[in-house]
Amino acid sequence: MARIEPKATSALEQREPIWEYADAPESTEIVRLQDRYGLFVGGEFVEPKSGRWFETINPATEETLAEVGEAGPEDVDLAVTAARDAYHQRWRDLPASERAKYLFRIARGLQERAREFAVLESMNGGKPIKESRDVDIPLAAAHFFYYAGWADKLEYAFPNRRPKPIGVAGQIIPWNFPLLMAAWKLAPALAAGNTTVLKPAETTPLTALLLGEVIRDAELPPGVVNIVTGAGETGSHLVKHDAVDKIAFTGSTDVGKIIRRATAGTGKRLTLELGGKAANIVFEDAPLDQAVEGVINGIFFNQGHVCCAGSRLLVQESAFEPLLDKLKARLQTLRVGNPLDKNTDIGAINSKQQLRKIEELVASGVEEGAEIYQPECALPERGFWFCPTLFTNVSQSHRIAREEIFGPVLSILTFRTPAEAVEKANNTPYGLSAGVWTEKGSRILWMAEQMRAGVVWANTFNRFDPASPFGGYKESGFGREGGRHGLEPYLELDGAMTVQ
Amino acid sequence: MSQAAEIERSRPGLALYSPKDAARLVGRAAPVDAVGLEERATSLAKRSIKRESKLWALDLAIRCMDLTTLEGVDTTGKIVALCAKAVRPNPVDESIPSVAAVCLYPQLVPTAVGQLKNTTVKVASVAGAFPAGLAPLGARLAEIREVVELGAHEVDIVLNRSLFLGGRYAECFEELAAARDAAGGAHLKVILETGELGSYDRVRQASVLAMAAGADFIKTSTGKIGVGAELGSALCMMEAARDFFIETGHAVGVKVAGGVRQSKQAIQYLVLLYETLGPQWMTPDLFRIGASTLLNDVLMQIDKERTGRYQGSDYYTID
Repeated sequence: MARIEPKATSALEQREPIWEYADAPESTEIVRLQDRYGLFVGGEFVEPKSGRWFETINPATEETLAEVGEAGPEDVDLAVTAARDAYHQRWRDLPASERAKYLFRIARGLQERAREFAVLESMNGGKPIKESRDVDIPLAAAHFFYYAGWADKLEYAFPNRRPKPIGVAGQIIPWNFPLLMAAWKLAPALAAGNTTVLKPAETTPLTALLLGEVIRDAELPPGVVNIVTGAGETGSHLVKHDAVDKIAFTGSTDVGKIIRRATAGTGKRLTLELGGKAANIVFEDAPLDQAVEGVINGIFFNQGHVCCAGSRLLVQESAFEPLLDKLKARLQTLRVGNPLDKNTDIGAINSKQQLRKIEELVASGVEEGAEIYQPECALPERGFWFCPTLFTNVSQSHRIAREEIFGPVLSILTFRTPAEAVEKANNTPYGLSAGVWTEKGSRILWMAEQMRAGVVWANTFNRFDPASPFGGYKESGFGREGGRHGLEPYLELDGAMTVQ
Repeated sequence: MSQAAEIERSRPGLALYSPKDAARLVGRAAPVDAVGLEERATSLAKRSIKRESKLWALDLAIRCMDLTTLEGVDTTGKIVALCAKAVRPNPVDESIPSVAAVCLYPQLVPTAVGQLKNTTVKVASVAGAFPAGLAPLGARLAEIREVVELGAHEVDIVLNRSLFLGGRYAECFEELAAARDAAGGAHLKVILETGELGSYDRVRQASVLAMAAGADFIKTSTGKIGVGAELGSALCMMEAARDFFIETGHAVGVKVAGGVRQSKQAIQYLVLLYETLGPQWMTPDLFRIGASTLLNDVLMQIDKERTGRYQGSDYYTID
């Protein structure tokens, strides 16, 4: 018989739990930043003719990352001309299977450099690395793969409609999903046989320019994709350029309205994907623990910089208290901080300007009598940050229930019956997305039918797939991106109505 | 919950509800969305802990371990060796704590009790016709009483899946309550065998039923079917335990068992525990990991954290 010694003790046993998620920063070594990035025109990076450059920063540290060329009217003209020439000489008449080949190459190029893209996206935009790594970059590659598959099957996508490309597309994208939005725009346009001039947002141009490198390395014929960087003025030159056949814009409703005025009567086609004020509707019978996760993900994903964010939580009154308790408890466990840390849930606000806007709207919520709740939350000193925030006692007429905040701020309202939920959900100038949480399948279908929103998620939120169309109603815009529907705005179809 | 100040244990032998409540309890158990639950579990499993916290977690994993052998070939010699390993997992390293308990078949309880006298390691015995649990009720209850009389401190029994999946909730509840009584002062762990329940809704319902009947612990698996502990079902049970605590004030422990072989997995369960039930649950009184081969991997990882190098497996005793 073995002799048993008395219990061994552990020094650690006597201590309070030591449970700190250690900093797990993703190394930035993989990203080789250049001092200056030119414009991508005609298959090459060129200095802007405007002679102007602007700085792009890391919103988490306020450090300058690089200088980027500012495209003036002459630069935009060169880019559009390059696109037009490429359209006629090198792309329109290329066999569709060849177009597919290039798209597949770009998709693989993105995958091969996925980590580099993820780190750069988080550096330039402030989003947590776990999102850029697990969502933005894989989805961007998936979009290219998906539309590569359609390139030589357009006849099957639109039977008897004789699909033909349109020409040169001007594409203006926002700062919240810089690379993913570039993929959403480029992939269907190229698959359909168009050439493009892409304008990334001025605060987040770097991953689009890195995509320019991937495109160059994929040996895409010069001029098929051109990337011009700059602010609103650059976008305005692009929108007004005569040789552009189509404008696709994702961004704010205000700018969308300006673009619609500018393109009216010009014969340019237009699709707009604008703001939102989505209702996330939780019924009493919902799987509450998962609904809490869905609500959290719905509003705090990407710091709430999501046009389809579930920024209005509508809770059935009978479930309000348990849900609120769970939400508050869950809010305590959210980790705000360094976007490059793998444990970070909420990163940096994209820009100072956006932070001011969030602060202003949150102040209006307090002033109008809504009740604010924020967890204890230590924010870094430098950079732009905002604590995750809940508002209760919100009524439909409050600004925080009507205006798009585009930040980590959730307004909670209640309802009593499904009809009231629908009424409140639809009572907004927007109509981009909505969420329904219930165990009852028939109610999900009924709600989806009643709601004027482009996407209705059931028992989930913020789930994207290249095969699924995305787009809005009312002030959230028109036209669909993703899926077979996403090809349509880039094609001339027999018998098609065009939006002018 | 981390906010909960005081944790109160349910008194042994006290069923919190009566059998007529059983159907109502099962009926109003919160529904669970499988996709959302697994997504949450997977995202938590990606949390990264390092250095001091990792050492603390590995130390806790040992302190919460039920070192297990449940084989038909278990002999006295095997149990003697297991007990030695349980008390001193690494004979050359004084700083390594003992495990929480050894877990074995009833016949071997006296051997373990003898070996573990004057140590802090508890003796846990399976009972109640483990692993199917379908012997006549009287025989099962007698087995529970007997292992307790033989000196087992903890009894691991199985949920009667035949009654539960057949919708005979009241009978199922009565059996659990009777087992609770039979176990007397011993800690009662109820194995739900999540791999046989078919859905997370069922896991949640079974958790509620077992907790209401007075279980001290709810446990994922027997380790005797293909499916053992999984992140999803563990999270589901922890959420059930958290809500049960909020509702009744009774803290019920959670035990994961079956297929937990690597430190990485153990830490993932600790992350789920921390994020769901909070730091108060991070103690052997309220959390256990049932495992047979995990221990040496944890020892190896501890040495790796301390020295930066891995030792070969021959530097750790097999039992």
